[in-house]
Amino acid sequence: MTPGCCTGCTPNWVAREHRLFAMRTLRQAISVARKDLAIEFRTKESLNAAGAFAIVILLLFSFAFDPAAEAVREIGGGLLWLVFAFAGALVFNRGFARELPNECLDALLSSPLSASSLLIGKAMASFVLLLGVEAVSLAVFGIFYDMRWWIQPWQLAAVFVLATWGIATLGAVFGALTVNLRLRELMLPIIIYPLLIPLLIAAIELTNGLFSAEPLKPDQLLWGRVLIVFDIVFTALALALAETILVN
Amino acid sequence: MPDAIILEHVWKFYGDYAALRDYTLPVSAGSCCALLGRNGAGKTTLLRILAGLSPFQRGSVRVFGEQPRSDKARRQLGFLGHGIGVYEDLSARENLRFFAQVASLRDTGATVESWLERVGLARVAEMPVRQFSRGMRQRLALARTFLHNPGLLILDEPFTSLDDRAIAMLSELLTEARARGATIVLSTHQLREALAIATHVALIENGRLRYAGERTEEMLNDPGLLYRLHTELGGA
Repeated sequence: MTPGCCTGCTPNWVAREHRLFAMRTLRQAISVARKDLAIEFRTKESLNAAGAFAIVILLLFSFAFDPAAEAVREIGGGLLWLVFAFAGALVFNRGFARELPNECLDALLSSPLSASSLLIGKAMASFVLLLGVEAVSLAVFGIFYDMRWWIQPWQLAAVFVLATWGIATLGAVFGALTVNLRLRELMLPIIIYPLLIPLLIAAIELTNGLFSAEPLKPDQLLWGRVLIVFDIVFTALALALAETILVN
Repeated sequence: MPDAIILEHVWKFYGDYAALRDYTLPVSAGSCCALLGRNGAGKTTLLRILAGLSPFQRGSVRVFGEQPRSDKARRQLGFLGHGIGVYEDLSARENLRFFAQVASLRDTGATVESWLERVGLARVAEMPVRQFSRGMRQRLALARTFLHNPGLLILDEPFTSLDDRAIAMLSELLTEARARGATIVLSTHQLREALAIATHVALIENGRLRYAGERTEEMLNDPGLLYRLHTELGGA
């Protein structure tokens, strides 16, 4: 019985059903994420591609512009988040494409796994992979740009987690939508980059602020709210539209 | 017996082409319905609709009284399509464990191990599926489909390219499933194997239901009889 399905249900019963439903969705999503990560760590298909892409771009930029310390503080956030966004597309393209051989997507959709669990599980796996790429990229960035990015580590970690979850959720939603397209590698970035603009601006502003080694100003903190709202909106959309996206 | 599946006036279009036309068929609980028809008749389309994998434009479909995509219907469903539905880069054990977790089975470890034994893959349980032979993959696919003791089995040409060992295993699994009251709908071109298990037969041609009824002794003795009597091309 789905939560809130009849008029005779007590509020406690409905709340309990909602809690059980949420727990099951989360448990199934974690199973999907673990499965995807196990396959990825074995094959390293998207990790190698995204990691190599991020490192090469950061290296090329460091040699091309030879930026001074002040310039790095100004462009560092922008450079990093653009690299992460492009590297992300390589990760998302593999997310649902992994389900195509042997018609695994049909096996999943006809199983008791809910479509929302599948979508959130995919987002979780992409989130972990992208965070890994970001960690390596940050290390490379620190070395080649002589940037001490670890001055405000917790705030920076919070920005990275919030922004990466937003990118991963959007990537999972549109990865599912484009999985059966012949030109999905091309279509996915074309669709997601315009939608990522508010998130990227917020992440860039906050990252630049944190690189300046000064506490964030109130106007910069507003960008943090943008990140949170973006995450909530797209996570809710993913949960609500999963069935439509994946089946219809 | 109540009906496990009720299809009423179902139409399915691919663009302008009607893949299913006004299809009405009840399948009673505990029965085994063999869906027969030539290539392109609409068998796979119908099975995908029943499994909740494909939307339809008109009519209604009920699986255990619910929509095919409902949680209740999917909990009772075991689906085996043209693909084997397992991951090449995971081992047999990892594949079964994943599908057991997704089905929220209670004793995941013991269930997985017993199915690995049953399908003869216990010794190669840690080997990635990409190193499996075709027969081993098919047996793993059967274990994946039957893992959670589904109350409804939807199987799309399950006998195709199975070796004799896998055919025997599938027949045994289907017989067991019927004994515990599961409903089975399977499409096939292997008339003899299917008719031996089936209690009912549905013949489909160009998206239209040509015949639906109980499987008779006559059909067992002469598997081509249905085609000759009920299709436009006859036995040709």
